[in-house]
Amino acid sequence: MSNTYDPVEVTPLHADEVARAQDDALAAIATAKDLDELKQARLAHAGDRSPVALANREIGALPPAARSEAGKRIGAARKAIGEALAARQVELEAERDARVLIEETVDVTLPWDRGPRGARHPLTTLQEHVADAFVAMGYEVAEGPELEGEWFNFDALNIAPDHPARSDHDTFFVESTESGKVLRTQTSPVQIRALLSRPLPVYVVSPGKTFRTDELDATHTPVFHQVEGLAVDKGLTMAHLKGTLDRFAEVMFGTGIDTRFRPNYFPFTEPSAELDLRCFVCRGASAAPGNPPCRTCKGEGWIEWGGCGMVNPRVLLACGVDPSVYSGFAFGMGIERTLMFRHNAEDMRDMVEGDIRFTLPFGMEV
Amino acid sequence: MRVPLSWLREYVDLPAVTAHEVADKLTAAGLKLEAITSYGHEIKNVVVGRVLEIEELTGFKKPIRHCKVEVGEAAPREIVCGATNFSEGAVVPVALPGAVLPGGFEIGSRKTYGRMSDGMICSEAELGIAESSPGILLLPQDTPIGADVVELLGLRDDVLELEVTPDRGYALSIRGVAREAAIAFGVPFRDPAQIEVPAADGESWPASIADPTACDRFVLRAVTGFDPAAESPLWMRVRLARAGMRPVSLAVDVTNYVMLELGQPLHAFDRSRLTGEIVVRRARPGESLETLDHVVRELHEEDILITDDSGPISMAGTMGGLHTEISDVSTGIVIEAAHFSATGIARESRRHNLVSEASKRFERGVDRELPLAASWRAVRLLVELGGATVEPGVTHARVEPAPVRIAIPVGHPGRVAGLPYSRETVIRRLEQIGCAVAEGAQEPSGTELSGAGTGGVAATGVVSSGDLADKLAVPGDDLITVTPPSWRPDLTDPNDLAEEVIRLEGYEHLPSVLPAAPAGAGLTEEQRLRRKVGRALAMSGYVEVLSYPFIGGRDLDNLQLAAGDARRWVTRLVNPLSEDEPFMRTTLLPGLLKTLVRNVGRGFTDVALFETGLVYRPEPDAPATAPVLAVDRRPSDEELARIERALPRQPHHVAVVLAGELERSGWWGEGRQATWADAIEAARVVAREAGIEIQVRAGRHEPWHPGRCAELSITDSGTGERVVVGHAGELHPRVVEAYGLPPRTAAMELELSLLRPPGPVQAPAVSAYPVATQDVALIVPAETPVAEVAAALGEGAGELLESVRLFDVYQGPQVGAGSKSLAYTLRFRAADRTLTVEETTAARDAAVSLAADRTGARLRGA
Repeated sequence: MSNTYDPVEVTPLHADEVARAQDDALAAIATAKDLDELKQARLAHAGDRSPVALANREIGALPPAARSEAGKRIGAARKAIGEALAARQVELEAERDARVLIEETVDVTLPWDRGPRGARHPLTTLQEHVADAFVAMGYEVAEGPELEGEWFNFDALNIAPDHPARSDHDTFFVESTESGKVLRTQTSPVQIRALLSRPLPVYVVSPGKTFRTDELDATHTPVFHQVEGLAVDKGLTMAHLKGTLDRFAEVMFGTGIDTRFRPNYFPFTEPSAELDLRCFVCRGASAAPGNPPCRTCKGEGWIEWGGCGMVNPRVLLACGVDPSVYSGFAFGMGIERTLMFRHNAEDMRDMVEGDIRFTLPFGMEV
Repeated sequence: MRVPLSWLREYVDLPAVTAHEVADKLTAAGLKLEAITSYGHEIKNVVVGRVLEIEELTGFKKPIRHCKVEVGEAAPREIVCGATNFSEGAVVPVALPGAVLPGGFEIGSRKTYGRMSDGMICSEAELGIAESSPGILLLPQDTPIGADVVELLGLRDDVLELEVTPDRGYALSIRGVAREAAIAFGVPFRDPAQIEVPAADGESWPASIADPTACDRFVLRAVTGFDPAAESPLWMRVRLARAGMRPVSLAVDVTNYVMLELGQPLHAFDRSRLTGEIVVRRARPGESLETLDHVVRELHEEDILITDDSGPISMAGTMGGLHTEISDVSTGIVIEAAHFSATGIARESRRHNLVSEASKRFERGVDRELPLAASWRAVRLLVELGGATVEPGVTHARVEPAPVRIAIPVGHPGRVAGLPYSRETVIRRLEQIGCAVAEGAQEPSGTELSGAGTGGVAATGVVSSGDLADKLAVPGDDLITVTPPSWRPDLTDPNDLAEEVIRLEGYEHLPSVLPAAPAGAGLTEEQRLRRKVGRALAMSGYVEVLSYPFIGGRDLDNLQLAAGDARRWVTRLVNPLSEDEPFMRTTLLPGLLKTLVRNVGRGFTDVALFETGLVYRPEPDAPATAPVLAVDRRPSDEELARIERALPRQPHHVAVVLAGELERSGWWGEGRQATWADAIEAARVVAREAGIEIQVRAGRHEPWHPGRCAELSITDSGTGERVVVGHAGELHPRVVEAYGLPPRTAAMELELSLLRPPGPVQAPAVSAYPVATQDVALIVPAETPVAEVAAALGEGAGELLESVRLFDVYQGPQVGAGSKSLAYTLRFRAADRTLTVEETTAARDAAVSLAADRTGARLRGA
């Protein structure tokens, strides 16, 4: 660009020249057949080396009096070219969309199960879901062996030596009935282990595998899963137990699910209760006479979910916890049962057979 | 327990509520409703009639009668009837036209056997009273003609079936349920056991208790002149049947009726069959007894028996003997009402696999103070209904146990509930269930009870020792001393009393308060790892299974395990579900392989499965038994360790099996068969989640193909030692055949417990300088493990090396037999500068040189 004063007229800034450059540009834009040609036209007629751009650079060479007029002229031309480019761009894009992309159409309904994903077993993910609910309340997940000492599984839980559950009709004995070793019949022995090994207060939840000598059928399985909860602290009451299980029910089944405590008997809790849930499908309506039965609660309006109660002081004693200082609550639920009514799983055999058709729909979470 | 509501109403003035409302209240009190059965509600238009005339119709295959029956209308009805057990003048139930019988069966006027039949004369079965009946129900002659039969006989009733928990034996009676119902509705209770029992002099039959640990009450009463032909009245048969007991004969029905009403099991002996003194004792070696069910039972030395001079005559509280059974000629009857040891009867019942209505009650606890009243009630019924005469005297052998007394602060129930109850409420509730409540602390029961063996029967098996009672004592002010009633042997501890108060005040009134647990530490590393492993394997295409952890000897053989293989050291179950699978698994593979076969059999030939779970690996030198420790104190650490030592090691394993296509064939082209390499990759997927690099080298381990088995190991971060964690690869063809697996099925198993996450990942420093790439092709002997070549290249290239990647393996004429060519891309980058060609070439040469030293590799074309 020339910064010096040049008295000679600057040819590119002549009105005729500018008009010709503009006409050339508009013609090229109008005749561009596709987006590529338009790109070429943009480069040739609006780019840095295009006639109007070059002309624009010469404005400084004009006498000051002439600059304004030349500037307006060039500006108008550039504006016209720019507008034409934009308009043509829109036209050509529309044309491409209408024609070219359509030619590239594929059948998106073609299947693509080239590397199918697997799935986790819903009993596993349900146990994790339960554990997470309690971890969020400050609990830790406690674990214990599945092949367990009788003392842990029965005696320490205040289950007397003559209790019917201790017969080989209910319990798998290991090596001999006198070995003191059984397959745990409940996750409750983990309570004992937690109380013996952890500093007080204790808030633990323990999901896991349990065993009873039932034959496999639609509603029984000899190998099943439970989740056990235990809290031992100063001043814990049944009100705390109820508050905890209400919260748990809410996490598992949504808000607004009523719970009900019903007196029951377990050797390891006193007082003891059964926890019933208001059926979350019929909301109890099916219990009223004349209403259609509910598949989930079988017309009872309530679903038996699990047992619970205040830890029997005898259990605390067996673990060396002073019942005059500490109290606690405990609860236990069947995971299979929870899966059955939470997910409408009707046959327990499906849960144990490992048929991939049962497990795959559950994916990674429940 | 099946409770006819009409029976319940005899002893409690229930308001006008439905059976469901009664059931709801009882459920809330802990007697859970199982079912309600309604009887007679649909029956209508059945009236009492008198048969005026009978005309026998002939010419039919069976006897048919045409009767004229007066039913309280202007004219008698003509009714055709097929039964013959009635004569003219009989009073019978008549279903009039328009009547409805149980099951919705409607009666109309119709022509049958050539005559009009204007209704039906009914049997017990037709009225829903009995399951079956041989003929027409004959009513007493003084029954008012035209009266409504349903009203008259009380056929309309609802029966509540209640679930009774094992601690509450008293609720296995109308008496016990009525008491609960009265409390629940706040209405008076009339105790059916509160009957006037006249004092009697002398014994009705000589008897004694030889073993006070077996029995602490033994009452006998006798009647004579009983009419063995007397039938049980209809009302009694109806109630028995609706309570779930089959009517048998008057004598037996009376004992059952009184048992249902009061909860006291009774036994009736034929007086003429008894010889000499009756003694309650334990069985002697070699004794046997033929019981009512015609089974000769070999008796166990702990069995509690009723005996006379002839030997055993009854298994106490379980089942009577056949020889002394009431027969259809018995006129003298001896009624036994006793209180036996609950645990004694429980064991006897289980030993002989014999559960009776009596044993159910005794093992749950029967009221010790009932025998006198219950036996009197039974005797009175035999007199009233069977024409018997009471023999004077009553036998009453007894051992007096010390009463149980429990002292609690009056605020204890409220502190357990988290809801304060007034002093008045606590005392009132305890008195409602029959407790005696005294102010202040009295001598605790424990010291008195410590000698339970001599003091009386351990009726519940949970008699507190003095020490235990002290340890369970609840400190606090305002003590009350509670003496539970004789029918509540389950009340022994302070919390038992708390439960009574709380349940009667209503569990539904408990507040809901979320306790503030201290902040927890969340999941452990190991717990998180198990979740991550499951997720990663599922993302890689594996479906999780949870197979039973039982295996059989056949599995160990199928897996081709050698005789000394550690996995043959198994734990055996005493009572396995199947004799074919008596062992606890020592490897996850059998369950996975069987599940794979099941899926293939169901048409899913492309299957990849995984399982994580425990295996059970007993230690060879472990003690055979785990001690059963005391429960009145914390065991010592040494005692606990003795249990642990007896238990097998139970590590977490993870395993996969896979067959068929891992990547599917489709319109896009060929799929990819699952191979040994995928199984090894599964191990890497697992290890990656733990942040651990797994080392792979050729291994030989059953059940894998000896040439296609990888030994998986890690370097212990503590000791630096190599630890074998598992194996992976293709299964041995013999294993494939033994299980019927698809050919070339692959598997991996490793001990997850050994993968301990090494701690936080260290962040790499990322260099922005350009990468320099060098390719090398190396010729090595064909048997050289590729992993060793790569390791040498990596080590030799030095720290400028960013990555080394094998991109081609070639075996063929160009490299000669016995060799293979491995083509690698080496990427170099420096943290602080752009590398020169000279630098990268030098690094590459160093890499090749070390590979040459270690593995004999030479540059291809060199």
